[in-house]
Amino acid sequence: MANLVKTEDETMLADAARGFLDKSAPVKAFRDLRDAGQTHDAKMWKEMADMGWAGVLVPESAGGSDMGHAAAGVLAHEMGKTLVVSPFLSTAVIAASALRNVSDARAEAALASIASGDVTYALAVDETAKFNPEGTSMVATREGNGFRLSGKKTFVVDGGLADRLLVLAKTDDGLTLFDIPANRDGITRNAQNMIDARDSARIDFENVEATGDDVLGQVDSAMSILKPALEAGQAALAAEMAGLSAGAFGMTIAYLKERKQFGTVIGNFQALQHRAAHLWCEIEVTASAILNAGRMLDDDPDNATMAVSLAKARATSTAQLAVQEGVQMHGGIGMTDAYDIGFYMKRARVGAEWLGDYGYHAGQVAKHRGF
Amino acid sequence: MQSNQELEGFRAELRDWLEANCPAEMRGGEPSEASVCWGGKNFQFESDAQRVWMERAAAKGYTVPTWPVEYGGAGLTRTQEKIFKEEMDRIEARNPLQSFGIWMLGPALLHFGSHEQKLHYLPPIARGEIRWCQGYSEPGAGSDLASVQTRGEDKGDHWLVNGQKIWTSYADKADWIFALVRTDREAPKHKGISFLLIDMEDAGVETRPIKLISGASVFCETFFTDVKVPKHQIVGEENRGWDVAKYLLTHEREMISGGGQGLSGGRALGAVLNESMEDGREMDTTLRAAAMRCEVDALSIGLTLERYKDQAEAGSGAGDASAMLKYMGTELNKQRHELLMSAGGSDALEWDGPLGNRPADWLRTKANSIEGGTSEVMLSIVSRRVLGLGA
Repeated sequence: MANLVKTEDETMLADAARGFLDKSAPVKAFRDLRDAGQTHDAKMWKEMADMGWAGVLVPESAGGSDMGHAAAGVLAHEMGKTLVVSPFLSTAVIAASALRNVSDARAEAALASIASGDVTYALAVDETAKFNPEGTSMVATREGNGFRLSGKKTFVVDGGLADRLLVLAKTDDGLTLFDIPANRDGITRNAQNMIDARDSARIDFENVEATGDDVLGQVDSAMSILKPALEAGQAALAAEMAGLSAGAFGMTIAYLKERKQFGTVIGNFQALQHRAAHLWCEIEVTASAILNAGRMLDDDPDNATMAVSLAKARATSTAQLAVQEGVQMHGGIGMTDAYDIGFYMKRARVGAEWLGDYGYHAGQVAKHRGF
Repeated sequence: MQSNQELEGFRAELRDWLEANCPAEMRGGEPSEASVCWGGKNFQFESDAQRVWMERAAAKGYTVPTWPVEYGGAGLTRTQEKIFKEEMDRIEARNPLQSFGIWMLGPALLHFGSHEQKLHYLPPIARGEIRWCQGYSEPGAGSDLASVQTRGEDKGDHWLVNGQKIWTSYADKADWIFALVRTDREAPKHKGISFLLIDMEDAGVETRPIKLISGASVFCETFFTDVKVPKHQIVGEENRGWDVAKYLLTHEREMISGGGQGLSGGRALGAVLNESMEDGREMDTTLRAAAMRCEVDALSIGLTLERYKDQAEAGSGAGDASAMLKYMGTELNKQRHELLMSAGGSDALEWDGPLGNRPADWLRTKANSIEGGTSEVMLSIVSRRVLGLGA
């Protein structure tokens, strides 16, 4: 079993990230972005790329910083704390992990374009309201040396603005993953008006052309590439949600120490103390599952499925508890849009659904544990 | 740091040793209160295999793998300990010996005891020869433990101890007791307590079992009437026993939170539930969902126990966080046994029925969130010391 203490490098990375984000991306920055109707901050993404964040999983040979999955989790955690909006998960974690599992010159070039911050990606997998990649019904029909893609995708996170799409579709004897530009003829993107005020799109594909070169890896065997990409994304999303929990919890504790009722700060009331203490316990337990998932992806990626699902399941339940308790302990002010805690609640709900909900991942854990 | 090659060598050797020395009867099966090997002068082994397993493990120091060799352990490093645990789990080996001496007194002695005390008291614990019990709670000192009234009068070369302890688990089967005794009645309550080691065979020590809701009599009340305790049987300094008591409590809490109840590496609750339905039923969706949630939480709490051990190795102990582990682990364990009862249906309603002692084990777990500090006390510790809430 891997060592579950943060390394010195990881602690330094977290501190550096926090320093940057407190200055460039406090919750206020998210609020401003939302109020302006924006879902992407191109300038900040470029800065993140310059710091090596976009290339966190890109090999050094392609210009990446290649820090690994635990480090990606550290960055996602810090971003989660202040609800930072960026294509980090879609591009730097999911797309980079997929491309890394393909060894050809085109993938190498694509990885370089991710690391430099020039190209963003979105993963187009979901077709129904629940995550179920194996149930994909979108079809890629053979035509000459290439394919024609027709069908609908939904909840394509970062799909409204991404430069490229990773699209999962059914081929003759299995599923195939395509890497195509988002502006190709026949693609219609409809931005969704999401509760977390971030980029997500429903995307229609009508007879969209894909060449053999657009196929990532082998035809009919998408999962050998998609599975590690999904697991990387799930682990980093879990880390983001753990950061979100910590952010909501920090706000709540501060409020308990400041708000006065009945002539005293409300943190003196045992009913609230015990709610807060219970929440801290849950956060602490979840932190172990998150760190373990990062370590497994770095050390033993072929056997990381259960660790990743454990992390995503725990992160989901903990984040939901953190935001519900956060709003409850804030009382009336927590219901106002002017106060930040509600942002955490809405992001937690989106994170809970993305890449598999609690039931999906708890089911994976049960399967691996033999029931 | 050992090289990977050395560690793999250790694993291979250990695997061979386990294969050759762990009897088949000591592998597999859901551990229950009844199958625990406690050791001690009067212990009745349930089988030869149980006795042989304890003795062989003790000879290698594997009853207390991380204790130093000179005190009866195997002196394993943290990494070796992980391998030890993995290999034990791999063959579902039962714990060869469990006791309050191993879980509680041992760590306290290793930390606060003199070299002579360690040499004198630890090896018999490791060999399963002396069984210890805990003399903490009193009728008037439960959650408010520091208000203990059992008193020790200074008589020069010994203390004269008088008073009553309660909830002294297995005191009727124990050989020695470690007890909190008030040796200064004028001082503030935390500052007048000493940590004394007392032979249960001494004149004036009397113990009576208390019948519990499980039908068992695990808990006892223990009376001290003019018991002479030699001065050298104190751990730590006079009137500083609360420091020892608290340190021991953090170990007690970690022990109760894990409790060998399959929190990490052990068998999945869902698998146990499935097996227990001998009449071909399957888990309904409600039970299955609850079992899945239990499994997710159990694995994560298990990882947290490991994480704190890793941190301790790196120099920062669990400290107040042991309250968190205790709270989370015991609440989960209660939940686990509720599900075991539910899966068993009416088969689980009989004492010693088709599912054995399941109802007794279920009722036993209700004490988990009381013993060693209640869940509410744990939450108060977290909110005060970790979160800085309240006065």
